[in-house]
Amino acid sequence: MKEQKKGWKELPFGLALDAATCLEFPTGDWRSERPIWDPEKCTHCMICWVYCPDSAIIVKDGKVQGIDYKYCKGCGICAEECPPKVKAITMVREEK
Amino acid sequence: MIVARTGNEAMAEAMRQINPDVVAAYPITPATEVVQLFSKFVHDGQVDTQFVPAESEHSAISACVGASSTGARVMTSTASQGIALMHEILFIASGLRLPIVICLVNRALSSPINIHCDHSDSLASRDSGWIQIFTENTQEAYDTTIIAVKVAEAASLPAMVTTDGFIISHGMERVELVDDEAVPKFLGERKIQHSLLDVDNPKTFGALDLQDYFFEHKRSEIDAMDHVLPIIEKVQDEYGKLSGRHYPLVDEYRMDDAEVAILCMGSTGGTGKVAVERLREQGKKVGLVRCRVYRPFPKEAMVAALAKAKVVGVLDRSDTMSTLGGHLYNDARSILYDSDMRPHLKNYVYGLGGRDISIEDIESIYKELFAIQKTGKVDKDIVYFGVRGE
Repeated sequence: MKEQKKGWKELPFGLALDAATCLEFPTGDWRSERPIWDPEKCTHCMICWVYCPDSAIIVKDGKVQGIDYKYCKGCGICAEECPPKVKAITMVREEK
Repeated sequence: MIVARTGNEAMAEAMRQINPDVVAAYPITPATEVVQLFSKFVHDGQVDTQFVPAESEHSAISACVGASSTGARVMTSTASQGIALMHEILFIASGLRLPIVICLVNRALSSPINIHCDHSDSLASRDSGWIQIFTENTQEAYDTTIIAVKVAEAASLPAMVTTDGFIISHGMERVELVDDEAVPKFLGERKIQHSLLDVDNPKTFGALDLQDYFFEHKRSEIDAMDHVLPIIEKVQDEYGKLSGRHYPLVDEYRMDDAEVAILCMGSTGGTGKVAVERLREQGKKVGLVRCRVYRPFPKEAMVAALAKAKVVGVLDRSDTMSTLGGHLYNDARSILYDSDMRPHLKNYVYGLGGRDISIEDIESIYKELFAIQKTGKVDKDIVYFGVRGE
């Protein structure tokens, strides 16, 4: 079914949209490569969390819990920035 | 209180009484004094305004946009190249529906470089979605600055109030001021839907808007402009009750039995009215129509005014560079197309770069208009009045 878009009279005033509308866009489906996080190797240095441009590193109580695949675009920055001696994140091809 | 003020002083005085939350500005001749005088009010603690001296007009109006998005009452002043440099941001202010008010002192746009009056600067911003009101004298400049703030906020659209550079801006006249405490009371608080600084209800301002919604947003802006004229009439009526000075959308002078008339904007209205009086003393049935509110264009009131005369000389202190004459002439022709009562129109482009137009000049134009009335023919529809070599 075709999406029903609003007419001009129904639009909110003055081009002000609700904030954080990006939450409604699961950008994870853009991914061609998937980061795999290894909890055994991770030292919880938080470098991946700092660098992730999509806030897709899940952290709880100062510890990395995993990766939020709903928003992770698979850019690979986390794997690149994970220290060479740790290498807790590896990129693998996304299977269909 | 009755005082002697130049146009710039009167506008600065109005700004002092309005006491805007933010004024961001960059000086330019002949508008410099408006914010220069206002900055003194800031320095002396006569206003509570946050004054932002910007590094350019582009930055000044950008700061105005940011400040207005928070819900602040925001004003600035500029002229000529200054409004030209603001140009891209003017559309952003109107698109975001921010009621910023600019005190604009009309000055010719370069090139050739010039500092004197014509209307090319404000008219180049004609299509930017701003309300534009042209004033005839210092009193009207003062009154309209106050009126414009209330109109802009009620319409959620930005507004520019213009004076003719040097002619009004530096001409000292008698001005009657409203009491200081009456102005904030007249204006009330600005009501807003969203504020950029409301962190409890965060909003995104000015997001990317593509094929699916851009047109709808523009349509709503056009609709907002469509509702401006009744707002202006209401605010002018309220201001009339406060001040005793009542302003119309279209200023008609001795039009009731006028056979020929001129249509003009700005200070030429004052010069023209003197010419009308002189000719009336000789028994000539002449009148004058002055376009006060230029954007949105008061179509109905203007058609009603122009239709009273058989011949109208349209005086434009600007040219559209389209080979079609001046701005006002094009608007007048456009609105009269559907009218049953169409007077003959002749366009007089005059006064570019501040060239003076005298009472005698306008009398000579009326003489030509009577000749057209007699023959029923407009010999030449667009003429450049007062230029050498024609």
